[in-house]
Amino acid sequence: MVTQPVQQTSPTFVGMPKFPVAAREALANTQQRTNLHNATHTIREKRAAVVGEVDDWEALRVAGAEAKDEALHHLGDYLEQLEESLTARGATVHWARDAAEANRIVIDIARAKEVDEVVKVKSMATQEIELNEALEEAGIHAWETDLAELIVQLFGDRPSHILVPAIHRNRTEIRDVFLRQMGEFGRPAPADLTDDPARLAEAARLHLREKFLRAKVAVSGANFAIADTGTLVVVESEGNGRMCLTLPETLISVVGIEKVLPTWDDLSPMLQLLPRSSTGERMNPYTTMWSGVHDGDGPQEVHVILLDNGRTHVLADSVGRQALRCIRCSACLNVCPVYERTGGHAYGSVYPGPIGAVLNPQLRGTASEVDQSLPYASSLCGACFDACPVRINIPELLVELRGTVAEQGGHRAESAAMKAAAWVLSDPRRLAVAQRGATTAGRLIGKRTIRKVPGLGAWTDARDVPTPPKETFRQWWAREHGDGTTTQRAADPGGRADGIPTSNDGTEPGGER
Amino acid sequence: MSAREEILARVRSATADVTTEKRPVARSGSGSVPSQQPDRAISRETLELFAENVADYRATVVRVPAEQVAATVVEQLRAAGLGSVVVPTGLDAGWTAALDGAFDVLPESDATSAQTLDGIDAVVTGSAVGIATTGTIVLDHAPDQGRRELTLVPDTHVCVIGQDQVVHDVPEAVSLLRTPEGAQRALTWISGPSATSDIELQRVEGVHGPRTLIVVLVDEGARADVTAG
Repeated sequence: MVTQPVQQTSPTFVGMPKFPVAAREALANTQQRTNLHNATHTIREKRAAVVGEVDDWEALRVAGAEAKDEALHHLGDYLEQLEESLTARGATVHWARDAAEANRIVIDIARAKEVDEVVKVKSMATQEIELNEALEEAGIHAWETDLAELIVQLFGDRPSHILVPAIHRNRTEIRDVFLRQMGEFGRPAPADLTDDPARLAEAARLHLREKFLRAKVAVSGANFAIADTGTLVVVESEGNGRMCLTLPETLISVVGIEKVLPTWDDLSPMLQLLPRSSTGERMNPYTTMWSGVHDGDGPQEVHVILLDNGRTHVLADSVGRQALRCIRCSACLNVCPVYERTGGHAYGSVYPGPIGAVLNPQLRGTASEVDQSLPYASSLCGACFDACPVRINIPELLVELRGTVAEQGGHRAESAAMKAAAWVLSDPRRLAVAQRGATTAGRLIGKRTIRKVPGLGAWTDARDVPTPPKETFRQWWAREHGDGTTTQRAADPGGRADGIPTSNDGTEPGGER
Repeated sequence: MSAREEILARVRSATADVTTEKRPVARSGSGSVPSQQPDRAISRETLELFAENVADYRATVVRVPAEQVAATVVEQLRAAGLGSVVVPTGLDAGWTAALDGAFDVLPESDATSAQTLDGIDAVVTGSAVGIATTGTIVLDHAPDQGRRELTLVPDTHVCVIGQDQVVHDVPEAVSLLRTPEGAQRALTWISGPSATSDIELQRVEGVHGPRTLIVVLVDEGARADVTAG
């Protein structure tokens, strides 16, 4: 019997507090909240505009989901085909069971090339395996070349959004860190640098060009890996990807096994879905496609590392495997009312937002505090499902995961509260007593907000308790229609617990019996 | 067990419940670029949409009849005040001749390193496919487009595209760009100049790739006409 092991939580995120604790801290960061609000709303609007231009967006979503499902359902076959196509075109294919194995392969190649630095294209997979940290430990500098990733790296910080990882920083902070840090790692920023974004981008261009021109080895991920042609695809905006994928002699791409697309033609829905969902553009500025080694053009030594790291564990769940369709567009982050307020760091992983709330506990299992809490980091409003270009039913998966957490005995206070609620709600007399208690409390509390209730710590840590009403519907009904019948009937076991009269109480249009 | 065997075993066991059949293999795509299909009908609207969407990315679009291409390329480079230009080996001989008289021309064969290219102002190329709905130009790095680094390191890219190379949408382009047998070519899809919105989401044109993109659209129906700049 083959088992699919979960992903080991990477060192950065070991011991992360549960989501509500980290979220409360993030909520206090007003700069971040302002930036996030602006960013998510701006991208949301742009996305809506370009999605609206497409005649039948829903048909595209279905085609995208089908292409990914085809690949996932027959993943063994397509991975073997991908390997064969890549090898036939001069690439070397490696397989990595987990992060440590993938990192070791990259380090071994870099060492064989006798380099002490690599340039990197922004890649979620290499963030997931914490490749940069592993390379540094091996004495090899990893230079992030995406502007936002460079900013994050100079700060010694973590990304907070998949698409715009430095969105929690403002331009003045960025100018300061450029002036302070660039000189430490290469060409310094010009002394007269202002906080104009164009000047900042220019400083990054000059700082990084030096590195692009001398780098011998580059590391990338891939957005798609096409099985029948052995083509890898990287979608980007700035041109740093093209630099890394074109200029160095050796290229190493770390590709999650779920990135496979069966055929070349499957690119057609994907290249329409991804840019519109991600940056809200009809097409992103640059896309590079390479199939192994191209004679005399670009890297002449091409390595592809196919990475599991918990993905087969997700794949083994027949409902949950749809999360592996994810193309990392971040549309779900931008529409999420929770993400918009907490930002990405509270999710305790490189995958934030709604998809992170699903993927992290799927990949890593639900043993840690943070992974147990993530399925609850949602109001289940469903905006993420609507926005998802490959129709991942995120709310459905969150509910499934909540079930898993509850079954293993997590959230004991919540299950106790639910049992108590069931006891009260199943008997109208108990409900009437409870409601009298609640309205009395409501009159005493008035307009104040209840932030903590003794004994309900786990519940009220995450939310403010609604102030109880001064009057329930049933009390209001009794007062407005003061014949006392409803109150009496509500207390009568024949009536419904919610106080709505049942049909045999004579109030139906059918009249008395 | 090797990592390969183990991962494949995990995958096969994880998908053991799947009952759907694998999709039949359908070989589609004609595999030839549109310039080799001269009888393909060009819709006027498609051309207009292409020009409009390319210009929307703040690229410059110039529409000229074929006989004016060489002069237009020279004129655009002059107007930008540029002195040196690299040309791919297979670039139209007439265009290369026109450039020779006006600029320091570096042939592709002499552009042996990225460092050399870093000292060059501009590159002039042909292209493989244009996509109207997205305003995209696809390079397949055939001899008239050169190696990938040629169109990456210099700061200005002048790209000539024929009206018969413009298709309506992404699916048409994808199927045209598939090589029928053997290896796929390396492709670069370009939609406007490089850009970033990483600082407070404010769009900045031009980070690492060419910061200026000039598209010369060979349009037999048009007088010389600059759409945007």
